[in-house]
Order: sequence, then C-alpha cells, then structure tokens
Amino acid sequence: MLLGESISAVGWVNNTVPDAPNIVELPMTDVAGAGIAVGAALAGRRPIFVVRFQDFLILNGSPLIFYAAKLKDLHEKSAPIFVRAIAAEGIGPVHSGVLHSLFMHFPGFRVASPMTPGEYEEVWRGYMDNDDPFICSEHRASYSNKDDLPDEIAAGADITIYAISSTRFEAKKAARLLKNEGVRCNVVNIVWLKPFTLTKRITEPLKESRIGLVVDPGHEIAGASESIAYSLMINTGFPVKALGLEDRTKCLCQPLQNRAPEAGRIAEAAKELLAGTGRVFT
Amino acid sequence: MRAPDLAVIENGAAIVPEDIALEIYRRICRTRIFEEGLIKAVKDGFVTSPVYLSSGQESIAAALSVAVPGPVIFAQHRCHGVYLSYGGDPVKLRDELMGLPTGTSGGRAGSNCVQCHENGVAMHGHHGLIGENVPLAVGYALASKKSTLAIFGDGAAEEDYVLSSLGFAATHRLPVLFVCEDNNLSILTAVETRRSWKVSKVADAFGMEAEDLSDDPWTIYLKAKELVKKTPALMNIHTCRANWHVGVGTDGPAEWDRFSDVRNALKGAGLWDKAQAIEGAERLSMEKVWEQGQLRRLSGK
Repeated sequence: MLLGESISAVGWVNNTVPDAPNIVELPMTDVAGAGIAVGAALAGRRPIFVVRFQDFLILNGSPLIFYAAKLKDLHEKSAPIFVRAIAAEGIGPVHSGVLHSLFMHFPGFRVASPMTPGEYEEVWRGYMDNDDPFICSEHRASYSNKDDLPDEIAAGADITIYAISSTRFEAKKAARLLKNEGVRCNVVNIVWLKPFTLTKRITEPLKESRIGLVVDPGHEIAGASESIAYSLMINTGFPVKALGLEDRTKCLCQPLQNRAPEAGRIAEAAKELLAGTGRVFT
Repeated sequence: MRAPDLAVIENGAAIVPEDIALEIYRRICRTRIFEEGLIKAVKDGFVTSPVYLSSGQESIAAALSVAVPGPVIFAQHRCHGVYLSYGGDPVKLRDELMGLPTGTSGGRAGSNCVQCHENGVAMHGHHGLIGENVPLAVGYALASKKSTLAIFGDGAAEEDYVLSSLGFAATHRLPVLFVCEDNNLSILTAVETRRSWKVSKVADAFGMEAEDLSDDPWTIYLKAKELVKKTPALMNIHTCRANWHVGVGTDGPAEWDRFSDVRNALKGAGLWDKAQAIEGAERLSMEKVWEQGQLRRLSGK
C-alpha cells in the first residue's frame, strides 16, 4: 500500500512509483494524510508514505512523531510505516529542504539516507526486519545514480570526510580537488543516521587521519552534521567539524540559494580545518 | 440548538428492549461508580497523575457499546467510559492510573491514553494530541475495511486534520462511525465563542449522514444502530462534563444531569427494581477495585 499526494501526476514521482494496485491518491491533506497512513500501519499494512518534498514533513510530521514513533514506548505496539521523504536542491525555500535531522532528534524512528540502488535495498530490508517507523531520506540527486559509492580510504590520510545524502557525490569530487593540492583524504559514507553506530568502518579512518569533517545537505545548527561530528569527537577524542547549510533561508535564485555544500566548499572547509592544526601541505 | 432534549426519542427507555435498557444502565453505572472511586483515590493521594473523567458523559459510550459492538475503537483523552463500557478490565485501568506495570499500558501512558487489546476489545491508545485519533481511525478503516469507531470532542472537531479526515472518509465511503461528544467546552471556552458552524453540517456537506442529538442513551442506541449501517456517518451528541477538563473538581452543577434523567426514565418504564439491583452489583464490584487497604499496598503509601 502506497499513499501520497499527486502520485500519478506528471512522472509518477520522478519515475519512482510503478502503476500498481493499492496506490492511494491522498487529497491535499498534509497532516491528516500522514495520520491516515499511520492508521494503515496500525492495521498492519506496512504502508509506504510518499512525501514529495521533505519540507512537507513539518506538516506531516505530527502523526509520525507524536503517534507512530511514540507507540512502542507508550503502548508496546507498533506502526511500521516507510516514509519516502524526498529532498531536492535549488527549487526554493519550501521545496529544497533536507529535514532528516528532525527525525534523528525524536525517539522512535529509524532514519537512513541511501544514495545507491544497493543501499536502498539494504535500507528496505532494515525496515522490513524491524517494526519502527522509518524515515528514508531520499535525494533527487541520487535518482540517476546506478553506481556503488564505496568509502575511499587513502594511505596516510590527512583528513576524513564523512558525507551524508547528496553531499556524498560532492565529497568524492572534493577529495580529488584536495588530492591535487597534496591533501590526502578519506571519504566515509554515512547511510544510517539513526541508529548511528560507531563501527570500525566509521571510526578507524578518523583514528588514522586524526581530524574529521562531517558534511550534510541540511542545516548545520543542531543538524545531522553537528550531531554526528559530536558523536565522532566524543568517541575518538579527535577534532571533527560539521559542515551543512548556512543559517539562512534557501531562496529560489542564486546567489541566495544557500545550496548544500559543493565540492569546492567542502575542500575549502577541509583546508581551513587542517590549517588550524598547523600542518603544511605541498 | 444545545438542549437536553435535542432530537430525543420520547419514552426511549420503554421503547428499547428491557435487557438492552438495563445493560446500557449497567454500563453507565460502571463508569460513574468507577470514577466515584477514582475521585476519592485522587483526593486520598493514591492517584497522582492527571485524570480526565467521563462522568456526566457516560451515557454515550454505554449506549454506543451496546448498539455498535466490536468495532475497532479510536477514542480520545476522555476515554474511561469508552474503555469500561466496551468491556475493558477496571482493575487494569485503575493500575494504569496508579502508574503500575499491571496497567493497560504498563503504567506508562495514563488516563488520557487508555488502550485495550484483549477480551475481544480493539481499542487503540491515544497520545494526548486532540483529534489525532480521527485520521488514524480513517486510515485503519481504509486499510482493513473493518467497522471503526472514532470518538472525539467538540474541540477536536475544529482541528483541520479532523475535518480533512471526515472528507477522506466520505470520498472513500469508509466504514467509520464518527461520534463527537460535544460537551460545549474546550477547557472552559464554549463552542459559540470558538466557531459559527456545526460539525454535523460539515459532515453533511461532505456527503455523509450526520445527526445532532442530546445524550439520552436510548436515543443514542436507536440512532447508532441505524447510522452504523450507513457509514461513514457522524453523530454530534450534546452532553455535559460533570468535572473539570482535567482533574476531579467541579465548576458547579452542569447544564443537565443525564444520570438522574436516566434513573427517572427507568422508573417511568417500570424497571427501577431491576436497575437498582444492577447498580448495587456494580457498586459492590467497584468497591473491591478501590478498596483502601489494597490501594495502600499497591501505592506503597
């Protein structure tokens, strides 16, 4: 069962929904729509709920946060719902947001941001193996991507860049820019935002490079980048900086779009961080 | 217009079958007498969490539970009457109110969040957000096609997502009976101060059967039996809360006293002796639930 607004409209959600049975076209009922989807989850249907722009999670968040995510702690019941929360870039103040950090903040959710087909399958299995409400933070930047995006580990790396969602594509480019300037760089991908587990895959590169940078396309203040940077720092004792959106609105047109960190900005942030340590690169 | 006799069927207590009339009265007594014990337990300090009393409004759930047995229930904060009338265990409710692990939600949720998933009852717990239960009920009915009961108050009826949910249920012809327990008060602000419209008219405009009536249980029984066959449908039932929005205090006498009216109706129908026996049995049973020595042991006070 899949519920959402304007599902069968132009392009079927960027060609990500098949013309299949059990698709429920919700009217423009943000808030109630999420409640209806959670009600379907209570009935055991494991519905997929499509939120075409993550900004709309503010309205739709209420039944998810206050009902679905609290159900287990309060009543030992569950409302497993898979929320396809789609992010985009450059289409204005309430269509370009990345809000997954909001759902990391509240208890009761699993949150992941897959960017490859293989990761999406893994994330889906993670949802089906559990009964928690699930926020799948998608990004349109990933829809054309068919490649795996493995971690990049450089021998004797100077810095480890942790990248989330669409910034993963930019972090790879940033690593190449930095390499050209003599900076060796690990790129570690973060798919699972909550629970965020400090596995060896995550922590070992930082222990080698002894300095880290977490990049996220959401707002930096109290966002995923700051939260994860904090966890890494506490766990390893090494300095880790957060890089996300500036603290201002994403306007429609440049130069005021306040875009997610792109390769150049990520590379600059890495160099500033390294400059602070007094290390010299040639 | 709000009135105790609004759309009331005359001599209802004599019209409905005797066993039905008496069973409704038994359920009314269960809620009323359970809450008499609860009020004392609050005053004695055995229950310290907030309580939302159904007293004054108990005829609605009592009549509905007899007229519409076995639905999937999505109630709201004032839900003791729904829980008890549909067959929830009073001991588990008491334990929930005392925060004990043997409560309906292990003592974690409290008065306004009562659930029941046993003894043939399917009642989903509320979390305290006014009207949140209505879209949940609609989604449940959409997904399961099961007969579903959404009970909410006149304040919840104003929530945008409740109105949207009524519209969605109408569009999809879902098997939901919407019951608005209209006690006229959002805490203490009256309906006429808050809005100029009636939720029954909105439901009607959405294309579902809708009725405004008062909380005479015999009328509710007779009308609910018919409306549940025509779902989605809405009943806006005018009623009077006997106590505060939250807590056991009162603000003086309510506009009308349905409990007394019900007793008089049973006298008029020649059922008073049987009714008294039922009330006595319920009193005995609830006295055991609220027995002082037991409360001291359970609360450690």
